[in-house]
Amino acid sequence: MTDYSTIDFSSLAELSADEVVTHSYVRDIPLPSGKVLALITLDNDRDHTRPSTLGPNSLLEYGATLDALAVRASAGEIHAVAVTGKPYILAAGADLSKVGDIPNRELAKQMAQLGHFTFGKMATIGVPTFAFINGLALGGGVEVALAADYRTIDSSIPALALPEVFLGIIPGWGGAYLLPNLIGIENALKVVVENPLKNNRTLKGQQAFDLGIADAIFPPASYLEQSLVWADGVLTGRVTVSRPNAPGKLERLVKWDAAISIARKMLESKIGTVAASPYAALDLLKAAKSGSAEEGFAREDDVLADLISGDQFRASIYSFNLVQKRAKRPAGAPDKALAKPVTKVGVIGAGLMASQFALLFVRRLRVPVVITDLDQARVDKGLAYIRDEITALKDKGRIGADEANRLSALVSGTTNKADFADADWVIEAVFEELGVKQDVFADVEKYISDTAVLATNTSSLSVEEIGAKLAHPERLVGFHFFNPVAVMPLIEVVNTPATDESTLSTAMVIAAKLRKNAVITRDTPGFVVNRILAKLLGEAMHAVDTGTPFEVVDNALKPFGLPMTPFELLELVGLKVGAHVLDTHHAAFPDRFFESTNLHRLAEHGKIFDRDSKGAIKGFDKKAVKIVTDGGPGGTALTEADLLRRVEDGLADEIKRMLDDEVVHAPEDIDLCLILGAGYPFQMGGATPYLDRVGASERVFGDTFHHPPIVGTD
Amino acid sequence: MAEIAEVVFVDGVRTPFGRAGEKGMYWQTRADDLVVKAIIGLLERNPSVPKERIDEVAIAATTQQGDQGLTLGRTAALLAGLPQSVPGFAIDRMCAGAMTSVTTLGSGIGFGAYDLAIAGGVEHMGRHPMGFNADPNPRFLAEKLVSEEALNMGSTAERIHDRFPSLTKERSDRYALRSQQKVAAAYEAGKIQPDLIPVATRSASGWGLATRDEAPRPETTMEGLSGLRTPFRPHGRVTAGNSSGLNDGATACLLASGATAKELGLTTKMKLVSFAFAGVEPEIMGIGPVPSTEKALRKAGLSITDIGLFELNEAFAVQVLSFLDHFGIDDDDPRVNEYGGAIAIGHPLASSGVRLMNQLARQFEEHPEVRYGLTAMCIGLGQGGTVIWENPHYNKKAKAAKR
Repeated sequence: MTDYSTIDFSSLAELSADEVVTHSYVRDIPLPSGKVLALITLDNDRDHTRPSTLGPNSLLEYGATLDALAVRASAGEIHAVAVTGKPYILAAGADLSKVGDIPNRELAKQMAQLGHFTFGKMATIGVPTFAFINGLALGGGVEVALAADYRTIDSSIPALALPEVFLGIIPGWGGAYLLPNLIGIENALKVVVENPLKNNRTLKGQQAFDLGIADAIFPPASYLEQSLVWADGVLTGRVTVSRPNAPGKLERLVKWDAAISIARKMLESKIGTVAASPYAALDLLKAAKSGSAEEGFAREDDVLADLISGDQFRASIYSFNLVQKRAKRPAGAPDKALAKPVTKVGVIGAGLMASQFALLFVRRLRVPVVITDLDQARVDKGLAYIRDEITALKDKGRIGADEANRLSALVSGTTNKADFADADWVIEAVFEELGVKQDVFADVEKYISDTAVLATNTSSLSVEEIGAKLAHPERLVGFHFFNPVAVMPLIEVVNTPATDESTLSTAMVIAAKLRKNAVITRDTPGFVVNRILAKLLGEAMHAVDTGTPFEVVDNALKPFGLPMTPFELLELVGLKVGAHVLDTHHAAFPDRFFESTNLHRLAEHGKIFDRDSKGAIKGFDKKAVKIVTDGGPGGTALTEADLLRRVEDGLADEIKRMLDDEVVHAPEDIDLCLILGAGYPFQMGGATPYLDRVGASERVFGDTFHHPPIVGTD
Repeated sequence: MAEIAEVVFVDGVRTPFGRAGEKGMYWQTRADDLVVKAIIGLLERNPSVPKERIDEVAIAATTQQGDQGLTLGRTAALLAGLPQSVPGFAIDRMCAGAMTSVTTLGSGIGFGAYDLAIAGGVEHMGRHPMGFNADPNPRFLAEKLVSEEALNMGSTAERIHDRFPSLTKERSDRYALRSQQKVAAAYEAGKIQPDLIPVATRSASGWGLATRDEAPRPETTMEGLSGLRTPFRPHGRVTAGNSSGLNDGATACLLASGATAKELGLTTKMKLVSFAFAGVEPEIMGIGPVPSTEKALRKAGLSITDIGLFELNEAFAVQVLSFLDHFGIDDDDPRVNEYGGAIAIGHPLASSGVRLMNQLARQFEEHPEVRYGLTAMCIGLGQGGTVIWENPHYNKKAKAAKR
């Protein structure tokens, strides 16, 4: 067993000299029975906007506090120890700004060991221990609580979660061992693996209680008072704690391994096997079935050390910061004060896309939204769709009846564009053809004010050319959504040479009000996401066109760990749309982007995969295979390795060109677009950290995108 | 038609009272949170009360702004988790705020408008110093409606000494000393604690739990008292030692019609007999309880000799002594403030009325030989308030046994 007390943690502490230390304050609480409970408050002395985090110095102080309490416990001065947090926050886990700075595996391991050393003192303090989960508890914040004998939870906490797997690591301060042994393997899988991979889903107080993470739940208005009375009840035997979810013999014997292997299969089919942390977590959860806590903690130490010092964790932290910080302060965004107020929205078109826009705008802006189309029948169909969706939201309890009435009343339809006269924002969702869009905007401009903003959702046309027939092209901006509109968090805001600052600012403010993350791009073909996808899909189809089998192509890109293979993606966006995207990029950059007549023929056929009745892939469609092999191989088939390298190098080259051409401000913006708009994984860091670490950047342009590159330590 | 109903005091609680100011235990606790915790604690003690049947919540505060503003009765009800259907309002009669909450809602019950009601008060004098931001009409002084000293409570207490030369500083100090001693003894005997609702308190050194009043000074001596400054006039008689202090705290009580209490199986700790408020010269506001008590006795058809227990708010020792002298009661009469009073416990203005009732209710239980008791207090700007209660435990035969 590891004797943590013999480890010298001083270099870890020095590394974290500028840490915002979370202090461990202690006050003695007289309980109704006359016993005394020493209550530790974790507090970094900042307000709730800076949650308490647990860096090395915070842990050392907490450990010293527990040591002192152990002495008082043995002297009979105190009869219980409890830990809680400052208002709204227990603790938000390890200090991530520090974990990313750890220079080598040895210190990474110490970081894990220090957590175990510190929290382990709870177990040997000599009196019953409690954690009062009074607020936000993430990662190490949850593990602080798991280390106690008993837990209560505030029903109003904003979130409890073990998000480690989401960030490329594992709950390594006891969570991976203690949690399954507290709440059962299936519940633990949900908290440790499933939720983090569901876009980092978190638990509310009641959910955490229902899972068995806490032994009692109390309302916020008297949470601490009731927790103390409850703790007194436990001490005096008045309260009996039962843990129905704690695993019994049968669960360990029968359920445990089965649950792990089901989870493993599910993971493999869902995210592939590239991401390391989910599988590391599975292994730890599996091993937690038997053996001592000490053994479990030692396993966590090693796994955490490996992951913290590896590539994927660094890329994940990079990605996390992009999504948390850069997405909220978009590069190049003009002053918000320049934005024009939007009190009415016009949507040109009443088809599915237009109706989705109208629904989103009315829900988020709560201003009148007018949709228009060529004839009343289409308008009525669009309105019916929108109102049905509003009713569905009401039926699901997402909005109340009053809100549903409000939203329905705000939506109207017309065939008369004069009804757009007082709209401040007009967005089109008409057929993706330059002439059509030019004419639609030129027509609507006759009715609207000179200052109303015009937005186009084009994905492939030049925004500047769309505005060619406008009297005021300065009020036109690209506003490119991703499908499905309600779900995908990205909007590419396309800034043309003519677009003025107030129009751009309006677009950024509207995007934020729609609760989307906007990235400003230049008006170049495909903007960011489609250009990268066109590069990748073009290479994939070209490989097929030159005789490489579908299977080889799909397998070749597995090392990326993308959410789906190239052909799955093509089927998702629609083969016709895919073919069109390849065509437009080939037209724009004929020497670098491939078009594919085979893809057009596949589109005619309608599918690439053979699927069962539930839509699961059984294999490649025979007819599709015949279509692409019919003409005979047009060249040399590639191996998986060859194609992987071609795509890596192609992407490095294309991204370098996009940055040289200032399509966006920095590689961070490319990565942000890919993460939010195409679901590129955190462990890749979007694209550029991956391309740096596999050497593609070096091969293609003799440098890296990032300085220093975002890679592991050993 | 509404019907005249019996009004009963079912139960009352309070938070421990804190010392006002930065060093006080409630410095980082909101006033509304204090009264909300009191209400929650009250309802937890009375689980058979259907919350949706509460017809009114009246919460008093003297300074109705900030965390004591926004129609406290309503906000406190919502924050305490009462159903949205339960209405509420705020009340102000300075020191007699909570007392007025009780008499107002009690009147509503008596008239048949309410079956169940919560009355209470709160004052966070640390966050809301007395008279802070007040803007007295200049006519008060210009037309000599009141003298400048009427707005300073300490000065009004000095004026009582002026009017009644027999009320010496020595008598005041002795009374104050006994108040401290009686509170210490009451704590020792566990008379105070049962009606306190503990409050979690935040401080720079972490969370704590308030379980006792912060103000009492059991170590008080006559020597110590005699040496204190007289801040209201040089060589005066009123000191911090023979006055109540500046405090934070909240109270809440549950009132019901007799029929509703019976229906729901609620305790009846006291029955409302009569109440009265009366005005006096603002410059000598401390004698207010004298006319209010005479009025309340008259309305009840009782005489002062019928009253077996007194809970008098000790805004100032001299002001209590003036009452006792008027009614011919000894300074150390055992019927008066058996558990001590505000001089030791503290006086968070608008919350104090219910504290008097809590203590009287507990004494009623211990004194079945007593049929009637009263709670009374003086009020700034020259008023007094008195509520007369009947002891439901009254038993004629108990008389000889007890006293």
